[in-house]
Amino acid sequence: MMKKSGRARAAAFGKGLYLALILIFLYLPIFTLMVLSFNEGKTMSRWTGFSMRWYQEMFASKTIMDALGNTLTIAFWAATIATIVGLLACIGMSAMKERSRLVLMGINNIPLLNADIVTGISIMMTFIVCGISLNYGTVLFSHITFCIPYVILSVMPKFKQLESHTYEAALDLGSSPLYAFFKVVMPDIMPGVVSGFLLSFTMSVDDFVITHFTRGAGINTLSTLIYSQVKVGIRPTLYALSTVIFVLVLVVLVIVNILSNRKEKAK
Amino acid sequence: MSKKLFSGPFLAFILCGTLVPLGVIAFYGFTDRSGAFTLENIMAIATRNHAQALGLSLGLALISTAICLLLAFPLGLILKDSKLGKKGFMVFVFILPMWMNFLLRTMAWQVLLERNGIINIVLKALGLPLLDIINTPAAVVLGMVYDYLPFMVLPIYNALIKIDNNLIEAAYDLGADKMLVLRKVLIPLSVPGIVSGITMVFVPSLTTFAISTMLGGGKVNLIGNIIEQEFTVGSNWNLGAGLSLVMMVFIIISMALIEKFDREGEASMI
Amino acid sequence: MKNLKKITVLALAIVLASGLMAGCGGGGNAGGEKGKVYVYCFGDYFDPELEYEFEEATGYDVVIDYFDTNEELYPVIKNNTAQYDVICASDYMIAKLIDGGLLAEINYDNVPNAANIAESVKPFFDEFDPGMKYSVPHTWGTYGIMYNKTMVDASTIDSWEDLWDEKYADQIVMPDSLREMYMIAGKILGYSMNTTDEKEVAEMTDLLLKQKPLVYKLANDSARELMIGESAAIAVVNSGEVLYSQELNKNMGFVIPEEGTEVWTDCWALTANAANKEGGEAWINFMLDGEVAADNFEYLTYAIPNTQIADLTDNPVLNPGAEVLAKCETLKNLGAEADDMYSKYWKEYKSK
Repeated sequence: MMKKSGRARAAAFGKGLYLALILIFLYLPIFTLMVLSFNEGKTMSRWTGFSMRWYQEMFASKTIMDALGNTLTIAFWAATIATIVGLLACIGMSAMKERSRLVLMGINNIPLLNADIVTGISIMMTFIVCGISLNYGTVLFSHITFCIPYVILSVMPKFKQLESHTYEAALDLGSSPLYAFFKVVMPDIMPGVVSGFLLSFTMSVDDFVITHFTRGAGINTLSTLIYSQVKVGIRPTLYALSTVIFVLVLVVLVIVNILSNRKEKAK
Repeated sequence: MSKKLFSGPFLAFILCGTLVPLGVIAFYGFTDRSGAFTLENIMAIATRNHAQALGLSLGLALISTAICLLLAFPLGLILKDSKLGKKGFMVFVFILPMWMNFLLRTMAWQVLLERNGIINIVLKALGLPLLDIINTPAAVVLGMVYDYLPFMVLPIYNALIKIDNNLIEAAYDLGADKMLVLRKVLIPLSVPGIVSGITMVFVPSLTTFAISTMLGGGKVNLIGNIIEQEFTVGSNWNLGAGLSLVMMVFIIISMALIEKFDREGEASMI
Repeated sequence: MKNLKKITVLALAIVLASGLMAGCGGGGNAGGEKGKVYVYCFGDYFDPELEYEFEEATGYDVVIDYFDTNEELYPVIKNNTAQYDVICASDYMIAKLIDGGLLAEINYDNVPNAANIAESVKPFFDEFDPGMKYSVPHTWGTYGIMYNKTMVDASTIDSWEDLWDEKYADQIVMPDSLREMYMIAGKILGYSMNTTDEKEVAEMTDLLLKQKPLVYKLANDSARELMIGESAAIAVVNSGEVLYSQELNKNMGFVIPEEGTEVWTDCWALTANAANKEGGEAWINFMLDGEVAADNFEYLTYAIPNTQIADLTDNPVLNPGAEVLAKCETLKNLGAEADDMYSKYWKEYKSK
């Protein structure tokens, strides 16, 4: 018996170690950037002392704040519109025949599987062929296009798990279709909708290639701003900004976790 | 009013944002600068430079997909068993890094891997042999694995977590050992997740240009680099479009695979 | 359901936070009284503080956008995908833009600070914009070899051919840029860097391919990072990078090879369809101001041809002297056909 528990412990240790190594692999570069954001000098290759100067410069820089604003508003509107369009699409598709639904799901996969570079180039060429000059709207449009598939892929499975009888029962009991939808269907598909929205938001924030090809004059997101600075070396102000964003998201996550754990215990 | 009409906006976006642009790229791919029909841009893939780049891209993409799979499957198994494997937690651990821009994260590997970089400074201090992979295909593979691992982990994890534990216990009760359970139960039931993970890693690895630029030191020329150059520096859009069409072949193969194993996106990354 | 609530709260928090941040981001945009000036420039190519000083000094509101290479700029201006008033571009690109009728002549009545432009750069303009009708200089410089004195014997480096020395295998950083690479190969073989002779280009490609196994990395401005961090021993850099690198690592030496090199000028110019020409001229005038030039020099360490800061830039690295400059060449616009030919050979170099 002793021997067996020893082995189990070793196995648990091995699993923990594996998990830890993967997490180190994922987070080591992020940690590196965070440390470098406090480096006094402009270069990445040498530590010249601790300083907050990049954080000050970041908040003072209009270019960075504009890019941040663009990134977040584009992500917000793209995710919101994609969520609405995707949700409506799922309602529509769940009423369709299996065959047409499969075809639509297949087409839905195109932007998801297609190389970003092909998506970006093809949308850009379409705008130019149509004589539309690139601007904020073209970036937003292409972001919505590539966000919709994420929403549909997270919402559609929830629709299939639905008990369609409850919705019909609600209708039979005299509630309006809209009321029945919000009271009966919505709660069940909500997790899919939320994760679709969050995923879209994240993908939009992280996108570089598609924005790179579809942006117009003066429209920078953080990604394109970073790329445009590659020539002269990226300034640490952008590390500082990324650190701030990352820490904010992390803090929110941790707080939410603690709150929900407390609630659980209270129960 | 038919419920089907709700799909209207979605169909409009599919049409304007996906199908028409693909038509435009096909038009450019099959014409020359003057607008006359030609197959030259497609056949250009056979020229030595392009074929070499495509071959290298395929090789590196295959290697990085295999590594991702080998890393992700055990990870999925561990998380399935552990308490940490709560869905919310997992998704956030792998999506959180995306809040740090991927160009910056890839740049960070440059700082880490450089000959006098952080990793080598640590190795030197420990008296270990130095890691000399920056500006080689190995570093590009590392970058691909780093950037795309989440796309492999999430679908596999989602597929594994759906497997009923009773099924596994039943297999043990019937006398199966661990290997047999893995072979006969866990792997077959997670095939949809594996397939969707493979395509989600393979396609971006095949077509990337940013990772090879940053970690390959300009010496690793992938097909994505060639296409990007045609659009920015070379400004031969027709050739770029033609080469993109060739790449689409691989994307269509991926879609066919997904269609076969994962009919309605059940084991997608969400 | 518990998970659902958790995720919902998180979602709301993120949305709220992003709304707040977006609000802050947008809030800083006080409109200028005199309209907007759209500037299109290389990334990080002037002191960012100057943006505000310009707005304060002139009352214009300025919108700045960045690009990475000259080649990227051209289709944007040509197809008018985005409308800018002032652009920054290198010599040969200015020539190409002038040829395409895409630039507007500068009205020097609105640019009194043009008097500050150093005489020494004026001859360069003969090559691409005679008489500075369309453009004024922002920075100028040469290409040369930067080396680490502790890793390389400084006295032995005086020629581009030293970059082919196997002693330095895996320690050399070369530019990831077509025209500069052919400039180097051309100088060794004695060909012009503006040649359009396919035989010469093929020969230069062979020469470059011979050196490729020795190259640690192909990099442009990030070459200085590798040199400062001592990951590489020898690199081809732009003269503007040297003072900055020496500040951070005192082992850096710089030499312009005896065969001669490329001399380049990056310029400000007005686009032909600028909506706000006066605003653009105000920007150009502002950039030529002595104090502004001093700020820019301190920030960039690139040579700025302004008479008001002549003593600051009087340095053999930035100002190699007439004798060296006599051996230098300027890049010319070669035309679409030659560009395609170069691009074909460059691809061959890159994919081997």
